Amino acid sequence: MSTIQEQAIPLFEEIVNGYNSRRSGVAESAELRRARQSAFEKFRLVGFPTIRHEDWKYTNLNKFLKEEYTVAADGSAVGAEGAIGAPAVQLPAAAAIPGLDAYRVVLVNGVWDGVVVGGPLPKGLELKRVAEALQDPAFSGYFENGKWGNHAFPNLNTALFTDGLLLRVNGAIGKPLHIVHYYTAERNLLVQPRHLWVVEANAEVTVVETVHSVSGEVSMLVNGLTEVIVQPDARVDHLVIQAAEAGVRLVNHTTVRQKKKSLYNNYTFTFPGAELIRNDLQLRLEEDHTETHLYGLYLTAGQQLVDNHTLVDHQKPNCFSNELYKGVLLERSTGVFNGKVYVHQDAQKTNAFQQNNNLVISKHATIDSKPELEIFADDVKCSHGSTVGQFNEDALFYLRARGIGEEMAKALLITAFAFDVTEKVKVKVMEDYINHLINQHIPVNNE
Amino acid sequence: MLIIKNLHAEVEGKQILKGIDLTVGAGEVHAIMGPNGSGKSSLAAVLAGREGYNVTEGEVIFEGKDLLEMAPEVRAREGVFLAFQYPIEIPGVSNINFLKTALAEIRAYKNLPPLEAKEFLQLSREKQKLVEFDAKLVNRSLNEGFSGGEKKRNEIFQLAMLEPSLSILDETDSGLDIDALRIVSKGVNKLRSSKNAFIIITHYQRLLEYIVPDFVHVLYDGRIVKSGTKELALELEEKGYDWLKETREKELI
Repeated sequence: MSTIQEQAIPLFEEIVNGYNSRRSGVAESAELRRARQSAFEKFRLVGFPTIRHEDWKYTNLNKFLKEEYTVAADGSAVGAEGAIGAPAVQLPAAAAIPGLDAYRVVLVNGVWDGVVVGGPLPKGLELKRVAEALQDPAFSGYFENGKWGNHAFPNLNTALFTDGLLLRVNGAIGKPLHIVHYYTAERNLLVQPRHLWVVEANAEVTVVETVHSVSGEVSMLVNGLTEVIVQPDARVDHLVIQAAEAGVRLVNHTTVRQKKKSLYNNYTFTFPGAELIRNDLQLRLEEDHTETHLYGLYLTAGQQLVDNHTLVDHQKPNCFSNELYKGVLLERSTGVFNGKVYVHQDAQKTNAFQQNNNLVISKHATIDSKPELEIFADDVKCSHGSTVGQFNEDALFYLRARGIGEEMAKALLITAFAFDVTEKVKVKVMEDYINHLINQHIPVNNE
Repeated sequence: MLIIKNLHAEVEGKQILKGIDLTVGAGEVHAIMGPNGSGKSSLAAVLAGREGYNVTEGEVIFEGKDLLEMAPEVRAREGVFLAFQYPIEIPGVSNINFLKTALAEIRAYKNLPPLEAKEFLQLSREKQKLVEFDAKLVNRSLNEGFSGGEKKRNEIFQLAMLEPSLSILDETDSGLDIDALRIVSKGVNKLRSSKNAFIIITHYQRLLEYIVPDFVHVLYDGRIVKSGTKELALELEEKGYDWLKETREKELI
């Protein structure tokens, strides 16, 4: 492992050289200060990942790190960019999901302005800026600041994060919470939102996250870190819809810690837009009898690189996990899927299933799919599978033989391929919205 | 309606049709019989435009137009319908949406506006009844988990919905029990008119007891070796295809 970043990465220099001055004078607990310092040291030693790191083998960041970025220091500094504090942030019309009855909040570069659209929040749903929560002993204990190992991005986030959204759920929340992540900048910017969700015992919530950005000349690197704690018997439906515009590079790390008999469902949909999307979704099944469903659909186009890394870490017995990720790769895009299932020795009676299917439509598109299973218990049911294919010629001919044109037939087949995932979305208007997004990108160009 | 002249075709370099001549007029039902491997299904595939079948000689004129020049979807829009021997299962595409899309594209080709939702529904109900197609299957994914008989009935339902002028039924009777066969045949008989035509490809005479053809042609080794009326089918059934082989071999000597 290199002791210091070998290639000259301007952002690395800026972070390392500016760290002390950036952190000085910030009032925070000694504990957090120590955690930040430790995370910073780890980041400094490891640097940004390169393709020599197994986890980044197929995702080369060089192209995205060649540019210079300003490090967004805190909410007020972001304000200086003209976003926060500006009375009316012009959201793209697409930010609202047609027909979705939800509590909607907008985070501009990770900072919430305190506004909730869609009625006052019910008693069981508490939202707070992370900047405030850090000062509150009731919450500060939840932040997991020392456990990121050598993962560069979570360490970097820990070292420098200042804000994000804290969400605490107590009770069953009838309407979904829709979090709009909106990214905007006037010059190249690194933003590092940090979110924490605590879903208390027996609570139930549906959270929809969408990502939007302003298209423009500038580049934004978003290094997001979200921790989700799902307490015993709690149920969480978590929908993520990623699109944004070219120029945005999203690196998301989400760690979900599931307690006894909890249920967590994740649905991640990625569409053309952002040049780079890397999702690290890690499920820590810390207690027994949990249930987890991970559904993903990535429809990629242009020169886009979309990388989904998932980890399901079965630590305790009698847990069930099921994962289905599907990819449709258009134009010159690249997809990466890495799904790891780790079954500890203690985790007897584990049921863990994983499936990744890919439809590579353009001859210039690429997919790297890598399932990984590591099992140390002997009484388990685990399976994984990965497929890469093109259009089913028989199906295509069948549709054409009924008068359906080739492009339309392909569109139908793509929708059908995605159906296994889209049908899993339990909120009907969301399913319709997602199908609408899929249909925006097809009929397709084979080149 | 359809004129096939000296049609030769090959698959992967292998000659499978060796000079077929056939004329089908409006209102006619033609049966094409023949042993396995004689080229029956290949003829259907060539007419529908399946990839991989290369026409090396001859021509096919459909209602005055060169059929072989057309993409498969254009043939369908012009009015050619192939009922598949093995209908494809397409999970995730609902039967009804598939038909709605197909009908809309065919109508657009003919410069007709798409049907209103209500009109479409009405048409669908009417045709379901006509061909005794289970309403529950209409909303399911296309052929997914359908029994063999249900798939074939779905083909006939699609035929009823799209109202082609020329329907080619490729071994629609294969894999059908007697009840399903009767229902499918009844559907076809109801759809017969003076304006449309059918080519019925079958291995057995059985189907022809229900759908009575005007003409019977026997295909052997890529050529039509015998044509006649429905009595020819009975003769074939009685004497078997070996009779034909012997006749053909004698001719060749």
